[in-house]
Amino acid sequence: MVVKAVVLFITVVIGLYLVIMIANMGGHLDDVRRAEIRLGVATGVYMNPANQGLGSAALKQLTEALVVVQYRRYGLDRPFWIRSIDYLVTAITLDLGRAEYISSDSGSKEVRRILAERLPPTLILFGTASLVLFFGALAVALFLSRRYGSILDKTVIGLAPLSAAPGWFYGLFLILTFAAVLRVLPWGGMVKAPPPKDTLEYALSMIQHMILPVSAISISVFFASVYSWRTFFLIYSSEDYVELARAKGLSSRALQRRYILRPTLPTIITSFMLMMITTWMGQIILETVFNWPGLGRQYLTAVNLNDTPVIVGTLVIFAYLLAGTLFLLDFIYAIVDPRVRVAGGRR
Amino acid sequence: MKSVLRTLKTLRQYPSAIAGLAIVGFLVGVSIYTMIAIPYSEAIRLWRGGAGVWDENPRNAAPVWYDLLTRDSLSRTIKVTSQGEGEKTITPLGDGMVRLQVTLPFDFSYDTFPSEITLYSQATYEDTRTKFSLTWVRPSGTETVLVTDRSMRSSDGYYISQDAQLQTGRVAPQIGLFSDWSLSPGDTDRVPEKGRYELILETVIPEGYEFETKLLVYGQIHGFAGTDNVRRDISVAMLWGAPLALMFGLLGAVGANVTTFVLAGIGTWLGGFVDALFQRLTQLNMLLPLLPILIMIGQFYSRSLWLMLGVVIVLSVFSASMLTYRAMFLQAKEAPYIEAAQAYGASNTRIIFKYLLPRIVPVLLPQFVLVIPAFVFLEASLAVLGLGDPLLPTWGKLISDARSADALYMGHYYWMIQPAVALMLTGFGFALIGYALDRIFNPRLRTM
Repeated sequence: MVVKAVVLFITVVIGLYLVIMIANMGGHLDDVRRAEIRLGVATGVYMNPANQGLGSAALKQLTEALVVVQYRRYGLDRPFWIRSIDYLVTAITLDLGRAEYISSDSGSKEVRRILAERLPPTLILFGTASLVLFFGALAVALFLSRRYGSILDKTVIGLAPLSAAPGWFYGLFLILTFAAVLRVLPWGGMVKAPPPKDTLEYALSMIQHMILPVSAISISVFFASVYSWRTFFLIYSSEDYVELARAKGLSSRALQRRYILRPTLPTIITSFMLMMITTWMGQIILETVFNWPGLGRQYLTAVNLNDTPVIVGTLVIFAYLLAGTLFLLDFIYAIVDPRVRVAGGRR
Repeated sequence: MKSVLRTLKTLRQYPSAIAGLAIVGFLVGVSIYTMIAIPYSEAIRLWRGGAGVWDENPRNAAPVWYDLLTRDSLSRTIKVTSQGEGEKTITPLGDGMVRLQVTLPFDFSYDTFPSEITLYSQATYEDTRTKFSLTWVRPSGTETVLVTDRSMRSSDGYYISQDAQLQTGRVAPQIGLFSDWSLSPGDTDRVPEKGRYELILETVIPEGYEFETKLLVYGQIHGFAGTDNVRRDISVAMLWGAPLALMFGLLGAVGANVTTFVLAGIGTWLGGFVDALFQRLTQLNMLLPLLPILIMIGQFYSRSLWLMLGVVIVLSVFSASMLTYRAMFLQAKEAPYIEAAQAYGASNTRIIFKYLLPRIVPVLLPQFVLVIPAFVFLEASLAVLGLGDPLLPTWGKLISDARSADALYMGHYYWMIQPAVALMLTGFGFALIGYALDRIFNPRLRTM
């Protein structure tokens, strides 16, 4: 486990460094920033009424002096490769540094605070969707595996190709139907404006705003999960030991819980986690389509503003979450699958 | 070849697969037709052309199939020119000037009002501002003077429906001019008068020059897909979206999925360092979030669709499916016939490409078909985030344009629905085939 964690950590570090290089255009973004600073300083110096009497040579000299100060202030006086290491260290320690343009709602320039403000909405939306999906799909898949071949089963399986389209895509249709035509649910956003003072009312408004995005994710993931999980259940329910247990007269409930669900759980959890990783990526568009004030939309804003610290910060969070998911998978394996525990680090 | 035919024969037993094949076949047909009928450069011209190309299209017009949904016949664009149906009378005035009278007649037989009316003029003389007067004659014979002695450049446009002076009683000119003026402004059940309308233009121009004019009565429907807020014909993007989506999807699937498959085979067979390297790269790659990196590249470097495709392929070669394939190759590697091949001294290349890879192809094929829609939707996702290729007319661009113009809020549903349905069809078509192939090639599922 420790070796695995170390290897994973090294991979994360290399991955983060690659991301930092891309986010800085391999150092080219520094030239852009230098030019911006120079322009800003020069404009300031030339427009300052106090400098009116100075000659052009003196003005130039003053500008140069101020530019050097500004470069040092933003750390641009050091070569890029040193700064890239700096970025890496702040990224790994989750210090994340300070934003350049964006500030948090409370007025802070610290990337950590900006992201901390945006993380809860994302987690609420994503967590709700994940929970609804996992337990919903599991229950339906178990139910259908018992009624294999029925009309209901065929219908749900026939809907599996719906997963070809991502969640945001169904979001468009849902907005069209429920917001544009029927006018029963909100177009987007997290709470109504102005936000209700009362906590209960606030929660209700939030649930109302969450119906469409959660449904959008569900439509795109639900049927495919049910399809593949039902197949697993069917395969396992034809195993000999299940037949034996059935012959012994065990109730179908106990049969499902102890003999079918138990051995399939590791596979199911893996497939679910991998699916959720894909959904994580889709979060950026989903939040944009539904105007949800989360991490994904923040990321898009940061990219549009070239705010490197925020971009890197968001990606760091993403990378850590992904690595965490992969690492967690191993733990869950050990819990649900005794064979892994016995073999001791075989995996 | 034989095995392909056999697969197709088996596919026939699945109605869903036939539906999928029909959809994909239809899309391929549309793509071939489009690439022949509207060559690439022509498509770019029609899509990026600017005002000159789109002038004669109505703004925000619904597609013509809307006509089938309503009982009324919706108005279509009518164009009358002085070279065509118009009549010209020239009376010399002396002093080198002539009086010109142009009558522009047209039949209007629709149940809804036009969306706009514009008069364009084009003359060969320059620098002289002419004055002109316009009279509007309705089928009932009522004459309305629109303007008298309005000053106009030699080549100009007079936007009749935007003339504030004609908006008496809060009724827009394109409604007022086509119905009874005397009705009260609040009257909602105004219906357009049907019959032959005439617009009479009178002007004085220098002798020996040409003066041509063109009247456009814009309709409420246009083309089979409608138009957008800058009068662009959406059908261009609907048609060209098909080949672009198929190309992006296929190239992406070939580039990413097939390469992954081959590399997994090579890595598993050679083992040792190569295998370890591939596994490390896969793990590294799984930590790199694909979409955020694409967004960054789109913002910082270039938005070319083909560059994006290249990046996607590079980043998807070492994806999670590498692990799945590797697990299968590890099993296949132990098969006796491969041992036999080794025994007679077959080279590594021969074993990998002749024996190892073909064995797992049945698993690859459904995966390959299922991954195509993912790439098609990836293009759409990028476009919706505003990172679509600025040149190419794709379905994703249509959705993105519709979103930024608040098409749903304004009620221009067709603008969003058409590309969305096209995307949906593409995704569904490939998914239906993919799921059927999955059942054929994985007999464990079939026997259930």
